[in-house]
Amino acid sequence: MGVTGSPTDIHQSTASRTRGGIGASTPRPDGTLKVTGEFAYSSDMWHEDMLWGHTLRSTLAHAEIVSIDVSEALAQAGVHAVLTYDDLPTATRHYGLEIRDTPVLAEGRVRHHGEPVALVAADHPETARRAAAKIKVEYRELPLVTDEASATAPDAPVLHENRTDEHHRYVEHPNILHRQPIVRGDASAAAERADVIVRGEYHFGMQDQAFLGPESGLAVPAEDGGVDLYVATQWLHADLGQIAPVLGLPEEQVRMTLSGVGGAFGGREDLSMQIHACLLALHTGRPVKMVYNRFESFFGHVHRHPAKLWYEHGATKDGRLTHLKCRIVLDGGAYASSSPAVVGNASSLSVGPYAVDDVDIEAVALYTNNPPCGAMRGFGAVQACFAYEAQMDKLAAALSMDPVEFRRLNAMSQGTLLPTGQAVDSPAPVAELLRRVKAMPMPPEQQWLSAGSSGQEADVRDLPGGLSNTSHGEGVVRGVGYAVGIKNVGFSEGFDDYSTARVRMEVVAGEPVATVHTAMAEVGQGGVTVHAQIARTELGVDRVTIHPADTTVGSAGSSSASRQTYVTGGAIRHACEHVRERVLELGRTKLGSYHPAWATAELLLEGGKVVTESGEVLADLVDVLEEEAVEVELEWRHRPTEPFDRHTGQGRGHVQYAFAAHRAVVEVDTELGLVKVVELACAQDVGKALNPLSVLGQIQGGTTQGLGIAVMEEILVDPKTAKVRNPSFTDYLIPTILDTPTIPVDVLELADAHAPYGLRGVGEAPTLSSTPAVLAAVRAATGLELNRVPVRPEHLTGT
Amino acid sequence: MRVNFTVNGRPQEADDVWEGESLLYVLRERMGLPGSKNACEQGECGSCTVRLDGVPVCACLVAAGQVEGREVVTVEGLADYAQHRSSEHPGGACGSASGSCGTSLDSAQRWQAQPTGDDGRLAPIQQAFIDAGAVQCGFCTPGLLVAADEMLERNPSPSDADIREALSGNLCRCTGYEKILDAVRLAAARQVSQTEQEETV
Repeated sequence: MGVTGSPTDIHQSTASRTRGGIGASTPRPDGTLKVTGEFAYSSDMWHEDMLWGHTLRSTLAHAEIVSIDVSEALAQAGVHAVLTYDDLPTATRHYGLEIRDTPVLAEGRVRHHGEPVALVAADHPETARRAAAKIKVEYRELPLVTDEASATAPDAPVLHENRTDEHHRYVEHPNILHRQPIVRGDASAAAERADVIVRGEYHFGMQDQAFLGPESGLAVPAEDGGVDLYVATQWLHADLGQIAPVLGLPEEQVRMTLSGVGGAFGGREDLSMQIHACLLALHTGRPVKMVYNRFESFFGHVHRHPAKLWYEHGATKDGRLTHLKCRIVLDGGAYASSSPAVVGNASSLSVGPYAVDDVDIEAVALYTNNPPCGAMRGFGAVQACFAYEAQMDKLAAALSMDPVEFRRLNAMSQGTLLPTGQAVDSPAPVAELLRRVKAMPMPPEQQWLSAGSSGQEADVRDLPGGLSNTSHGEGVVRGVGYAVGIKNVGFSEGFDDYSTARVRMEVVAGEPVATVHTAMAEVGQGGVTVHAQIARTELGVDRVTIHPADTTVGSAGSSSASRQTYVTGGAIRHACEHVRERVLELGRTKLGSYHPAWATAELLLEGGKVVTESGEVLADLVDVLEEEAVEVELEWRHRPTEPFDRHTGQGRGHVQYAFAAHRAVVEVDTELGLVKVVELACAQDVGKALNPLSVLGQIQGGTTQGLGIAVMEEILVDPKTAKVRNPSFTDYLIPTILDTPTIPVDVLELADAHAPYGLRGVGEAPTLSSTPAVLAAVRAATGLELNRVPVRPEHLTGT
Repeated sequence: MRVNFTVNGRPQEADDVWEGESLLYVLRERMGLPGSKNACEQGECGSCTVRLDGVPVCACLVAAGQVEGREVVTVEGLADYAQHRSSEHPGGACGSASGSCGTSLDSAQRWQAQPTGDDGRLAPIQQAFIDAGAVQCGFCTPGLLVAADEMLERNPSPSDADIREALSGNLCRCTGYEKILDAVRLAAARQVSQTEQEETV
């Protein structure tokens, strides 16, 4: 079909028949392709005769579109199409993950800086960019809504009129997208018992996922009037459900295949270029490739919600928490994205991994003219963790207690009730994780010194400021800080969170081979690695083929919420169990008369053979299967959850929890306000490490993203214009290898009896506690209160 | 305009190149070599790192016209480049004492790259990235491999601070860099052990 870079099967064999199952650090099956440059990412797709698509975006955050004149753009040589709202083919002109409030192209009004207004297809990307610059858009500026006060003022412009979503009846103002109160016990009465009460107001900056592979893909019009779409996404089927109605096509005619995904971290849950590329392809009859550059990528996906958090805790003088009152305001920006779920997490996990019986909690998300915010690793729980961990340190200080011991005294454990009234029904080793992370060896003092020819010499590279050579140790103060967090795993609040797996077993070239086909988005996390491991463990084969993820198989759900190994892994195991039963039935039919154990014993598949539990070999799988292929496609779901009560927040909303604790060691140049994080140790319970090497990679990567928001990362939005000021890697800084410390990890494996193999989702928890641990360490070094992240040099020097 | 240059040992010609096109665009879109990555296209992330006459550069910051008549090595040619270097300089690196490193332009011009992966042959740094778990999404990987390979060519026994300094222009968002450090240490150790073995023989 002329597509270059179309995903193909990935085959993997392991060196030994007994290795490569769960629990082994099996290498990635896509590793060789990725180190040779042959792995085809969504921006690598190519098709003969393809055109390049480009998006014209709004230059203002809130404005009426008076007119759009595309004539000059259309007249450019090499331009094949210019599309605006008026060209959309059907009455369905909006999309959205939870609420379909996002226009495919702006309809008479833009609500945030960088909103898509028009599309161009041309024969060269530069031609498309230049043509887009010739589209004349006349705007009439509208007043801005940028924070809670301006959003809920009596005369505030309403961003979304005539709301019909499920939340609008429960909010006091149409610019409040969702509000979730949680009330349990009597917080005010409990406050009377407190010997100390601490309060704080905390600010969390807007973080970007900053995945490296930009939004991109290729749409190829098909002869049947449909379209084949190759993209990088986190959930093919959720995309499909939003794309097809806008195109006016049945879902069967929008065939989606996952291309290589260059990271995601939540930023690919919402659509970006998917519908746009399809519209241009169907309009021109030509394949259309769209690739955002980094500047556009900052406008092309949602960000982590910036938040303001007000917290009040009390404790008795023996160190017991009495109550929590808190209010969390999340800026959802112009469109809903996953804001309601973020509110659910922020409210239900606002207390952190602590046992507190009396709580009065409220979390809200706002509609504003700021950039839309949605999913990013650990969403909702990340912002809350920053605040409650700062509070724990304040309480410990007020009580003159050790901050780790204070946390351990109040740590939740199995059986503890969450503020929602739901009991935590699996191990919750919060105190143990804190003990472990505290017990890890400390990096040496003055680690920048080493023995040289003339005594002790300083390596400036190990000091704050690094090669800028700003200090040889003068003014440098060390601080140590601790934090712990709790993250829900899987989709919560009654969502039907299932996955589908198709598993096939057959003999290929004289060997039994398992093929695993799911729609799971491999975004880098290593899902494909554990899928092969599960198939090996369950089916006793060495060779596994991973079929490309596409929409010819049922939904796998999202590669988010730390859920894929649990849910799609669970679906694969479930399908493998059915394949195994069918294989054993085949064996009994063909070979049962040769050995009584076929009828009587518990049988396993191991090393390419059917064996009894005692290890006796009954048959080779090759002889059982012969020419037959056994294939099963099944859905699998975790235990159901239920929505939180709208007024009390009570309800069994969550499935599983992940816990991680961090210890940060920082060195601060107190004169210049420069922070060097020397070490960021982590202890995390993962239930069962299906691939220990991948688990470490997740923990270290998540920890580093938490470090980023602690000391450097923030999308700056001008409060006067609501425009993004730093859409580039020059101005939006993510940690480099120089900024990132050693990250020793202690992995605990306490099985969750409800989950496949006892595993716990791993990916998000380390992103929570990393940030507050770094802040605690900087506070310890400087004695400053520091109530916002990221912390900047001027916050440390007071300049 | 027309641009002639050598990529992975093969003479290449690109026609109808617009003057504003980068080397990265020409490699990816005109030569079918998308291994060099387009993460930022503004010289900040290092994902498009290639060697231009031996020197690591961001291909996105090099105008296509600037490479006229020059030598480019991309991740697609890295395995063969390393193999060639290994045969030119047995033991992998050029020796820290001599100070003369790398491949001469003359021998580079005589070298012909083989398509990567046909025989499963990887550069030591590529194998080390797989073995150490340094690859997650993999988008930063090609640039890091080219940069790390060049560093090990200059400095076969780097300290951690040396590795961090050499790779500080390459952003990675997935790994937290720990496994990347492991991979470079592993490649260096294997290189040293291979050298010692050859010296023993």
